[in-house]
Amino acid sequence: MELTGAEIVIRCLKDEGVEFLFGYPGGAVLHIYDAIYQQDDVKHILVRHEQGATHAADGYARSTGNPGVVLVTSGPGATNAVTGIATAYLDSIPMVVLTGQVPTSLIGNDAFQEVDSVGITRPCVKHNFLVKDVKDLALTIKKAFYVATTGRPGPVVVDIPKDVTAHKTEYEYPDKIEMRSYDPTVKSHTGEIKRAVEMILSAQKPMIYTGGGVVLGNGSEILTELTRYLGYPITNTLMGLGAYPASDKQFLGMLGMHGTYEANMGMHHCDVLIAIGARFDDRVTGNIDKFCPDAKIIHIDIDPSSISKNVKVDVPIVGEVDPVLRDILGLLKEGKSKPDKTAIEQWWKQIEEWRSTNCLKFETNDEIIKPQQVLTELYKITNGEAYVTSDVGQHQMWSAQYYGFEKPRQWVNSGGLGTMGFGLPAAMGVQLAHPDKTVCCVTGEASIQMCIQELATCKQYNLPLKIILLNNRYMGMVRQWQEFFYERRYSQSYMETLPDFARLAESYGHVGMNIEKPADVEGALKEAMGMKDQLVFMNFLTDQKENVYPMIPAGAGLNEMILI
Amino acid sequence: MRHIISILMENESGALSRVAGLFSARGYNIESLAVAPTEDPTISRMTLVTNGSEEVVEQITKQLNKLIDVIKLSDLTEGEHIEREMMLIKVKAVGEMREEIKRLADIFHGRIIDVTETTYTIEWTGSGNKSDALIEALGGTTILETVRTGVSGISRGEKCLRM
Repeated sequence: MELTGAEIVIRCLKDEGVEFLFGYPGGAVLHIYDAIYQQDDVKHILVRHEQGATHAADGYARSTGNPGVVLVTSGPGATNAVTGIATAYLDSIPMVVLTGQVPTSLIGNDAFQEVDSVGITRPCVKHNFLVKDVKDLALTIKKAFYVATTGRPGPVVVDIPKDVTAHKTEYEYPDKIEMRSYDPTVKSHTGEIKRAVEMILSAQKPMIYTGGGVVLGNGSEILTELTRYLGYPITNTLMGLGAYPASDKQFLGMLGMHGTYEANMGMHHCDVLIAIGARFDDRVTGNIDKFCPDAKIIHIDIDPSSISKNVKVDVPIVGEVDPVLRDILGLLKEGKSKPDKTAIEQWWKQIEEWRSTNCLKFETNDEIIKPQQVLTELYKITNGEAYVTSDVGQHQMWSAQYYGFEKPRQWVNSGGLGTMGFGLPAAMGVQLAHPDKTVCCVTGEASIQMCIQELATCKQYNLPLKIILLNNRYMGMVRQWQEFFYERRYSQSYMETLPDFARLAESYGHVGMNIEKPADVEGALKEAMGMKDQLVFMNFLTDQKENVYPMIPAGAGLNEMILI
Repeated sequence: MRHIISILMENESGALSRVAGLFSARGYNIESLAVAPTEDPTISRMTLVTNGSEEVVEQITKQLNKLIDVIKLSDLTEGEHIEREMMLIKVKAVGEMREEIKRLADIFHGRIIDVTETTYTIEWTGSGNKSDALIEALGGTTILETVRTGVSGISRGEKCLRM
């Protein structure tokens, strides 16, 4: 039977097993919305801004591992989606974004709501397509899912002109697909794996440093097994948190600009660095010339272009995290050599000394709420089991530091692009994917206002998020940098007028709370978590001048931290 | 160092802009770029000349390989290879200069393919650096137009870049 292009789009999504389609209608996608109206297989989630659609799909993808799917219209629909697409690109999140386009006959005419979506998104997608013929539509959508979800994942845009959605053709969705120009399967070099094992065993002062690749590649279980077998210290990047249980004594916390003293000192002084699914980002390495001066480096990554991009490595291993770590552990167990017990004990003594500085300590008082206190309480009250999304800034760093993530995919934040406005819509995607779980969005009063319209979406779909607003009346991270590096000239980082957030939340039909005293923090959080079916917006008035410590100033090495 | 990178890619609209976009976004140099379909019309072959340290060129080839439209590539400068560039150059040719230019063209194995009372157009084919030598040699006359195709390259011997 022949179907219209619009019907084909929806059938493809159904056959791809897509649960939710996050979108916003408009002229160029009206045929597709008509097809959505006539079916129940794919549930459409109507957001209030296209940026929200992309972040929600992103949150869904990060918390499940399945691709997030977005539908927006041409022109402004597509441009509004770009921030979310770039966010997913920088963090390698699988996503398929369908953008409407003006009819093929009008492309290039500066038609109403026309932009070159393929051109605009090209630098921030893994790949993109413009479908010019309905006969290519199903195959192109198949390719989009294939490219988005395999290899190093990423967002893929499919631009579909309106006339293509009206034309008819036979529908056929291929089960499997091959592309001659794209082969994501990698077989790791056994020689390199052997060299890695030798180097791992030769270590006197080893460090395991892992990133988002372990989470994306579902390598958490084998990583934990390997790390425990070796008895080596481990640190995670911001994107890698949860890949190794934070409560474990081998875990040194996060590394990098706001990482722990023990993690950064361990990195600086290690002699063998085992980097897994991490990309030596500038926020992690600090000054690259001072990075790990004495270390031999093993780097395992699925993307060859990540290897030796910023830091020259000694043993490069291109491959998927899970099978590579299995091979390494297998060889370790087969071989006669064991890690150097005496040396490792000495190394741990040194690390424990660093750890004893207790770099994340903070003092509470009776007068003003410390943001760290809120996160520590949140951790306790949710048993460390909540999904936590965040926006970008100080609250993001405090979440990473004080909420100990035990499992992968539990922590959802925009690490690469650093997108303010990410937290709330991302939490919607997480909650839709996990309707029975507690989903918290930790945010700041600046970030939350960038996508606050999504509170309406939360009401429409009864998403009982718990929003923890750490309200310090400043763009905190900007203010912190201005305090440290601009002689306290707080240029434009203070917000003169803020809404009454609790009442704002109420006006959307949610529960709003104001919490001003440290003594009320625990009770308020408990009360909010008790409201299982309602979104609770908690406005915590926190210390205005609190800073994120420790901190490595830009240009410094990992051993040059500012402690409190 | 100068590198000549040969790329086989899907002959699709936008493929060229992906390569050009990659170079501008990551701050790599493109000295020249020549592209046309191969014997298989679904595949284009591109020859790209770039400059950079070994590390940069390694990143360039890795990033190019990552482009979904790129099927295969090879750095021709890693082995024995041949490179050719074609140039059309129109010069002012009057009086005594007509004979002089004709002689120069012959020395460089160029051909004069269009003649007017006041101009010559020379067609010349050779390897990249020779074209600069010809332009320099013509320095005594007035060059009206220079059109270069950019370098095309191929490996010597049995080594091939093909599907």
